Order: sequence, then structure tokens, then C-alpha cells
Amino acid sequence: MSSATTGQLEPPVDQDAGPAHAHPPYMLIWGVLAVLTLAEVGYAFMDLPKVFLATGLIIMAVWKAVLVALYYMHLRFEPKRLWILATSPLPLILILLAAVLQEF
Amino acid sequence: MSATHAAAFTPMTVDPHTERGMGVYNMKLGMWVFLLSEVMFFTSLIGSYIILRFAHPEHFAAPGQVLNVPLTALNTFFLICSSVTMVKAFAAIQNGDQAGLKKWLLATILIGALFVGIQAVEYTILAGERFVPVAESYATMGRHVEEGPVVGGPLYGATFYTMTGFHGAHVTIGVLCLIFVLFRAMRGAYTQGSHGGVEIIGLYWHFVDLVWIILFTIVYLI
Repeated sequence: MSSATTGQLEPPVDQDAGPAHAHPPYMLIWGVLAVLTLAEVGYAFMDLPKVFLATGLIIMAVWKAVLVALYYMHLRFEPKRLWILATSPLPLILILLAAVLQEF
Repeated sequence: MSATHAAAFTPMTVDPHTERGMGVYNMKLGMWVFLLSEVMFFTSLIGSYIILRFAHPEHFAAPGQVLNVPLTALNTFFLICSSVTMVKAFAAIQNGDQAGLKKWLLATILIGALFVGIQAVEYTILAGERFVPVAESYATMGRHVEEGPVVGGPLYGATFYTMTGFHGAHVTIGVLCLIFVLFRAMRGAYTQGSHGGVEIIGLYWHFVDLVWIILFTIVYLI
């Protein structure tokens, strides 16, 4: 019986596996995340209307979250079907964001 | 991101021998499903916070009025650093670098513990300022009592400690799991061709980082 029909807890062992790929530029992404965090803190204390503050901060937070999901969790390189699964809670998040912006 | 990277990245999960259906091995699919349930969990907490905040604005204070934003921003930076050390550990074992795996796992554990430690310090300072969950002492917004000015109401403390506390618990559990993974790594349990455990704990750890990115913005900055 093949592993495809029995199911596997872990990926198959391949003792001859070499470096299978070039990794994403993890340190560059880390730098972007650090800069965005700094920008967020600076932006939060700017004297701007709350709607601009909230919108800008949420955009930066989502940007950071997407970077982590795509490159650190490697979602960008996963099968499309996993993408569908991973993005299934997005409607709830959109409702949440709509509520935030409406209240402001 | 360059197209070269995207094209060159061939994750081990895209393999004809792995479980069909979702195209990933079972343990990884299980972790993703678990993480999606965690998205629902944290979304409900954040949603409750937003509803309560706008329904009872008198209970909440402006960013920086009660919470220590610079300290937490530094803590956020530390958690981001722990994400990069985690992904470095994963990359190391993918390249067959056992020493690198242990080194980066240890770094992730230390930075994760530092995050929890700083959060404990933050809680201690806030409690010292009488900002505690569901306490009557600071329920009188704007009034001055013997110990000093009072800001915020019970809802602020309750929602703040619920959200950050649950996240802190997740980080603590993550650190404990990472210690377990490091212990296994020291016994040579992971190889270049078999390192599902490192990938699974990595997914969890990055998710915890991702949740904090959102929480930090909503709780501390907006």
C-alpha cells in the first residue's frame, strides 16, 4: 500500500536530499518588519484625524502579517488548495476591519 | 521578492509521495487547521474588544496614556527577531546543518522567553499603577483617589489582560514546545530529509508572531 493511500504524519524521509531551493531573503524581510514596526509607532503618535491613523496603522499591520504568512510560514510556496484553506477566515477579518472603520 | 526565489523554492510538501487532497503531509495540514481555529479564537477576542471599546469609550484610555508603548514596541521587535531565528533554524536543517538548527532553536527559545519576561514586567508595572483586570479601584474614570489619578474602567483592564494574556500563554506554550524540539534535535531526531517537527513548530511560532503584530496595533496603537 502506497503512502498516498495510507497517509503520512511526516513527509517522506529522503536521505539524499540536498539544499532543495534558494530560501527567501529572510533577513531582508526581517528588516522590512522592523522598519514597519518603527514606522507604526511613529505614525501612531502623529497629530492626524483618527480615521487616517486607524487606516494607516491597519494597513501597516496587515502588510507585516502578510509578509510573515507568505515568507516565514512559506504560504507563498504552498499548493493552491492550502491557500484556499488558509484564507478561509478572511471574511471574518474583513468584517472586523469594517467595524473598526465604521466606528471611527 | 524576486521570481527566482519563488521558482527555486520547492517545499518538501509538494511531493507525489505525500498525502493527496490538500497536497501537504498530514501533520502539517493538521497544524494549519489548528491555526485557523486559532484565527477564529483571536478574531472573537479582538472583535469583542472593539465592540466594548466603542460602546463604552469612557472605560478606555488613549494609546500611551496607560500602556507603555515604547517598551511593548521593543518587545514586538524581539518577537519579530524570534521569527527570523525560527525560520533560520528551519533553513538550517533543510541544508543539513545540525549545529545551525540547534543554535537558531536556542536563540528562538531565549528571545521567546525574553518576550514573556518583558510582558511579565509590563504586567507588574501596570498592576503597580492599579491597572488590573476587573478592579473597582480604577472604575472611577477621571477621579483622583489617594494613590493617584485613575484612568480607564474595568472593561479596559479586562479586555487588555484577556487578549494579551491569552497571547502570552500561546508564547509560553510555544517556548515549551521549542524546548522539546531542541531536546529532540540534540538527540539527532531531525535530518535534512526528515524535519517535519521543526516545520510544524515553526508554523505555530510564526502564527503567534503574526497575531501579536495585529494585537499590538489594535490594543497599543489605535
